[in-house]
Amino acid sequence: MAQFESRITLRDHLRESHLFSNRVIFAVVFVFVLMATLLLRMFSLQVANHEHYTTLSQNNRVSLIPIVPTRGLIYDKNGVVLAQNLPSFTLEITPEKISDMDELLTRLREIVDVTDEDWTRFNKLRNQSAKFKALPLRYRLNQEEVARFSVRQHEFPGVAIEAQLTRHYPMGELGVHALGYVGRINERELKELDAADYNGTTHVGKNGVEKSYEDLLHGDVGFKRVETNAQGRVVRVLEEKRPVPGHHLYLNIDTRVQAAAEAALKNLRGAVVAMDPGTGQIISLVSMPGFDPNTFVNGIETDAFNDLATSKKQPLFNRAIKGRYPPGSTIKPMIGLAGLENDLVHGATSINCNGYFQLKNDDHKYRDWKREGHGDMTLLAAIRESCDVYFYDLSLNLGIDRIYSFMSLFGFGKRTGIDIVGESGGLLPSRTWKRQVKHEMWYPGETLITGIGQGFNLATPLQLAFATSVLANYGLQVIPKLGYALRTPNTDTLNYIEPVIAGKIPIVKKSNWDYIVTSMDRVISSPRGTANHIGRGAQYRIAGKTGTAQVFGIKQGEAYNKEETELHLRDHALFVGFAPVKNPKIAVSVIVENGGSGSATAAPIARKVLDSYLLQNNPS
Amino acid sequence: MINSNQSQKYRPWVDRRKKGSAMGFVRGMNIDKSLFLGLLVLAILGLVVLYSASGQDWATMNRQIIRLTIAFVLMLLVAQIPPHQLAFWTPWFFGLGLLLLLAVLAFGDVGKGAQRWLNLGIFRFQPSELMKIVVPMMVAWYFSEKGIPPKFTRLLGGIVIIMIPVVLIAKQPDLGTALLIGAAGGFVLFFTGISWWLIGGFIGIIAAAAPLVWFNLMHSYQRQRVLTFLNPETDPLGSGYHIIQSKIAIGSGGVFGKGWLNGTQSQLDFLPERSTDFIFAVIAEEFGFLGILVLLSVFLFIILRGIRITFQAQDTYTRLLSGSIVLTFMIYLFVNVGMVSGLLPVVGVPLPLISYGGTSVVTLMIAFGILMSIHTHRKLLPS
Repeated sequence: MAQFESRITLRDHLRESHLFSNRVIFAVVFVFVLMATLLLRMFSLQVANHEHYTTLSQNNRVSLIPIVPTRGLIYDKNGVVLAQNLPSFTLEITPEKISDMDELLTRLREIVDVTDEDWTRFNKLRNQSAKFKALPLRYRLNQEEVARFSVRQHEFPGVAIEAQLTRHYPMGELGVHALGYVGRINERELKELDAADYNGTTHVGKNGVEKSYEDLLHGDVGFKRVETNAQGRVVRVLEEKRPVPGHHLYLNIDTRVQAAAEAALKNLRGAVVAMDPGTGQIISLVSMPGFDPNTFVNGIETDAFNDLATSKKQPLFNRAIKGRYPPGSTIKPMIGLAGLENDLVHGATSINCNGYFQLKNDDHKYRDWKREGHGDMTLLAAIRESCDVYFYDLSLNLGIDRIYSFMSLFGFGKRTGIDIVGESGGLLPSRTWKRQVKHEMWYPGETLITGIGQGFNLATPLQLAFATSVLANYGLQVIPKLGYALRTPNTDTLNYIEPVIAGKIPIVKKSNWDYIVTSMDRVISSPRGTANHIGRGAQYRIAGKTGTAQVFGIKQGEAYNKEETELHLRDHALFVGFAPVKNPKIAVSVIVENGGSGSATAAPIARKVLDSYLLQNNPS
Repeated sequence: MINSNQSQKYRPWVDRRKKGSAMGFVRGMNIDKSLFLGLLVLAILGLVVLYSASGQDWATMNRQIIRLTIAFVLMLLVAQIPPHQLAFWTPWFFGLGLLLLLAVLAFGDVGKGAQRWLNLGIFRFQPSELMKIVVPMMVAWYFSEKGIPPKFTRLLGGIVIIMIPVVLIAKQPDLGTALLIGAAGGFVLFFTGISWWLIGGFIGIIAAAAPLVWFNLMHSYQRQRVLTFLNPETDPLGSGYHIIQSKIAIGSGGVFGKGWLNGTQSQLDFLPERSTDFIFAVIAEEFGFLGILVLLSVFLFIILRGIRITFQAQDTYTRLLSGSIVLTFMIYLFVNVGMVSGLLPVVGVPLPLISYGGTSVVTLMIAFGILMSIHTHRKLLPS
């Protein structure tokens, strides 16, 4: 110890102390520099860039969870539900609550049917998801499975049944071509739909009014602003905006009339369109055969879809708005009206029909359907008995240009503007059309067959119903509508969809229209009328016109088969009409593919439709 | 105030105990009240923050309270040992420390990809922690043998003393601790008064050696940390995640903070390691810039008190040792805050006294015990 101290004393204490003090002062400076650096850094992060980091922090913890709005229901005009939302049950498992997954599966299989595919899909999902998220194991449990599980739920902690709303069409096939259906959103639709509004929505209208009224039926998406932790688990709900459910849609369809029309067309291929001529309201829109839209809601199985898609009866094809048929004699009243309004014929003018018609300098005989001829024919008689020769003569006098412009007024050759998509405009031939499409001039013979609704003429059942409505309306063109009204959920007020008037045909002489309507009345009321048989026992007067359209040739790709070919070559049966004759309430068009004569096949169907509407709506 | 107490403090605690009261016993002990108070305030602040950072987990809290208590008791015990006793045992401690480091390399436990732990049966022990105190003690002892500033040969000897443990620890590998221990030894050199030219030369050599260290000594994960530090946004979900989330936590705290227990970054798990290395970000988020001012003020108070103790130390050994302890403490603070706020790469340095964890607190408090001992065992000098 003494040594230690003596050594110290030998040193230059003063110099050492001075040197050391110097370094301590530098140390203090060093400390202050470091402290200042830290404070500056903190100032920069917490004060200068505070807002930037606040935003980042908010983005970290807050996320938006969409709440899908409930799709609006669809009713018929009388409030019968056509489309509704039913709970569908899914078995869900929260992995973090399960200790032994394989053992759980074994126990679950005792009460619920779980396929190996379900199990594989579930495990794939499990590897990609957070442990606390409930994952679906089985979709679409049936009522029995739900009941069995519910009783034993206490044995399965971490397993639950979740109910989602799924679109359901309680009437099945009824009105499917008007109603359409919803299906899972596909990739193309995903691009077209508003991403924000369809966040979380899985289904979208694919067809019919489900598609055309999609925006209103869908509603507005709601959201939950939630706080999540780093793993994505929801900690609490910060804000919630309830979704606005979609509007309920009421259709003009009368389920009773629709059902009657479908029943009348049972086992046939064809279409019926019935509408209120004054308002354009579609009372029934039938295309047969149909299909069950419910199979499409959650994805139809491939085999079932192929059966529908490749069936010769084409059940997926909406004949009522897309089917293009030669209108045949159903257009004769309008051709007749063209003759009257153009002052080419008069009620008293009569023509002798000897069974055929010939153009000058032409040997070709344009035959009447009645080989021996009708004899002397006025316009009224020609319509009543559907005399072809009279209209050959009149068409020739009118010429194709006047036929084209007059028939255009009744909506031929263009879409009616009905509120569902996919409608065809048919075909109303003209000189211009033939030059542009066929690169040929128009021949006078073509004018003759155009005048009896054959040749190039094509019209949809909807166009025929529309044209009949315009006639019944004395020229007022009201656009056909399936939508009747909209109702905001939880309210009682209906917001009616107003009829849209497209225009009015200028009337030269009202008596001309009266004459045509009377002629059409005679088709049913006169014993010589082609549809006289359907008027028997009717409590109201019907104006109508039968049609029998020839089907030309064999369709491409079809093998020659005598039975089949003959069936396919049989004429299409048509009927158009309206009732009651005074103050018409319903106009109807009927087409039965290869149905033979319009008089025998189509007209009785129309009667059934008229009865079901007019008699039920006038119970007194 | 502090100065006026110095004369009373000098008396040996045995004298006071004879007066018989419990308070007398405490007063007679070699305690630096200011330092003690500063450390106590820091420890209490630390517990308040840990309560929030641990997700209000009392098990964690209890473990930390027990550790802190042990650490404080150890500090007070060490404070009672006169500095000349410490000086006497210093070479022995150093020799023991080197042996333990070799033992770690030979049969140490592997934890987190590095061999740092020595399993002593009852508890696991990190010899490198011990060296954080023993290395500056040894260097101070070595230079106090002869006068300062040291001659060139002695300086080289001192550098060898520093480099042996540094290399051994770097091989574990624990580059962070190795650098901090190197820094602690370096601070002793600084206080010996070696010329600024030499200091500049050292810094130059270290800068020149950096590429060598980068390619030969550093492991890929260590290199990754540095790269991530330089540009965290390149890997926002991988190694850059820590830094990004930490900066968000600090920045979103603003001036007043989000409030205790209300830090969204901390409470919702976005901030990793929030009760250990990144606890500073929790403070910044929940108490804001004002909270940081208070915290750094407490740290500054302790450091300035340590510098005063250094300034008043009476012989070369205590001067060099206390100076190194104080600056090393400052460096811990700077490296931790710098790393959490994105100024420095992520090296596993805890925030002194605040971060959850045992070994570092114990080492730190032993160092403060030495400071207390140095201050309270001064001899009264004639004015």
